[in-house]
Amino acid sequence: MNLPLAAFYVAAAVLLLAALRVITSRNPVHAALWLVAAFFSAACLWLLLYAEFLAIVLVLVYVGAVMVLFLFVVMMLDISFDKLREGFWRHLPLAGGIGFLMALEMALVLSSREFGAGAVPSPGAPPAGHSNTKELGRLIYTDYVFPFELAAVVLLVAIVAAIALTLRRRKETRYQDPAEQLAATKAGRLKIVKVAPERPAAPAQDAKP
Amino acid sequence: MTELAATMQGALQGWFGPVWGPHAWTVAKSLAGIVAVLVPLLLTVLYYQLVERWVIGWIQVRKGPNRVGWKGVLQPIADAIKLLMKERIVPAGASKGLFFLAPIVAVAPALAVWAVVPFAPGWVIADVDAGLLVVLAMTSMGVYGIIIAGWASNSKYAFLGAMRSAAQVVAYEIAMGFALVGALMAGQSLNLTEIVMRQDGRYGLLEWFWLPLAPFFVVYFIAGLAETNRHPFDVAEGESELVAGFHVEYSGMTFAVFFLAEYANMILVSTLASLLFLGGWLSPFPAAWGILGAPGIGWLLVKIAFFMFLFLWVRASFPRYRYDQIMRLGWKVFIPVTLVWIAVTGVMMLEPLASLPPFSIWFGK
Repeated sequence: MNLPLAAFYVAAAVLLLAALRVITSRNPVHAALWLVAAFFSAACLWLLLYAEFLAIVLVLVYVGAVMVLFLFVVMMLDISFDKLREGFWRHLPLAGGIGFLMALEMALVLSSREFGAGAVPSPGAPPAGHSNTKELGRLIYTDYVFPFELAAVVLLVAIVAAIALTLRRRKETRYQDPAEQLAATKAGRLKIVKVAPERPAAPAQDAKP
Repeated sequence: MTELAATMQGALQGWFGPVWGPHAWTVAKSLAGIVAVLVPLLLTVLYYQLVERWVIGWIQVRKGPNRVGWKGVLQPIADAIKLLMKERIVPAGASKGLFFLAPIVAVAPALAVWAVVPFAPGWVIADVDAGLLVVLAMTSMGVYGIIIAGWASNSKYAFLGAMRSAAQVVAYEIAMGFALVGALMAGQSLNLTEIVMRQDGRYGLLEWFWLPLAPFFVVYFIAGLAETNRHPFDVAEGESELVAGFHVEYSGMTFAVFFLAEYANMILVSTLASLLFLGGWLSPFPAAWGILGAPGIGWLLVKIAFFMFLFLWVRASFPRYRYDQIMRLGWKVFIPVTLVWIAVTGVMMLEPLASLPPFSIWFGK
């Protein structure tokens, strides 16, 4: 038993426990936090496979951004926990069937000759000076540049669609235009008026007009 | 130093045998490195708070702390003892486990990220290839401490602070990430040591990336202010409207740990700005100037101190932003600016341009 193997077992055990708690915790906020733990352990497993770029990006994107927004939404929901658990037994057969089907499909794929553990030998340690990030960048921007651009366009369409669906301009909302605020000058806002004193003072002999 | 290390390694090999000896040496070496980084860091955090009160007092023409010890130098020790002695109170209806987990989650990434920060060539605990990515990933985890604290406190003020902080940190992380993308483009590496070494050259000050990457430099520092929830973006605490925001329910040491994380993050932002844009440990003077021209950790500390002072200066000078203005600045100003400058940097690095002056200073190497 060497150190990487021990690290693998620890990370895998934490991953399984966290994944189990995601679906068994009663509080959705706790479930989301367990999901964070699961992502983090998955990143540890990827690190053990020498995929350091993917591992760090998994933490950066999923833990650092996606799950923060997820928690943000989950915390603001007003959830009645009793209502959530309603109908558990009624839905169990269907959900269990789907779960069993998924497990069966995964087992079939992983035990097949093309994708089985025997078909993909361990790549072993990369040679010294090998940069995971550089290799990925080279592949994405040369061999796979069109699929990559296509994925980017699909994501852009998704962003535009999401914004178009949720954007509504309410008439009663008042907006500020910083450009307009900055363009304001003294001449446009301030008018200096010469006001005569209310009661004209008695004309003195030496007073200048 | 190397002799001592070799003796230690030999002793550990003998003690633990050939199988566990190398592992024991790795653990011992890492532990020594961690102590060598964290002890000065924690002392800096302790005294940064005192200096902050002095500086802000000086800017606002008042004295600041001057009672405990000579000119108040023992004030942070007194504060620490007071916070240690105080009772830790858990609010009724709080989620107790998460309530105590939150300060730990806040402080752990703030300290862990120092593993990849170099202080001089080779002076780094873990010299990983993707150092800059590790920094980004770790700093992005710090927000969990704030969110969990706000939610677990079972208090409206704390919750509002957490919500504000989550939206703000996510918004500014994008601009910050793009600014770092610019630094890694110019440095042509994700390794922090290599990015610094690429700023080395005979022009000294002008070789550093602050000049070609000036927009990134400004955006990075301001996004750093927002990311650490400092003035003028500290609406997550906003004492005038939210009492103290996410940590309103915390007392004693749990409260102090949040501050520890915040100040460690401020020092981290200062360090990264010095490393990526101001040449790290490189000297601004020509190499012929003897000790002034030699690179060394002293120069890095001077640059870090400058940025740390800037944090305090900004806090004492600017009023707090309104929340919609913060969001507008993050999404509508910083992200477009950084996106445009990434394209500009790419053009500057293209071949005919990269070998022409003045671009050859930075990109011709």
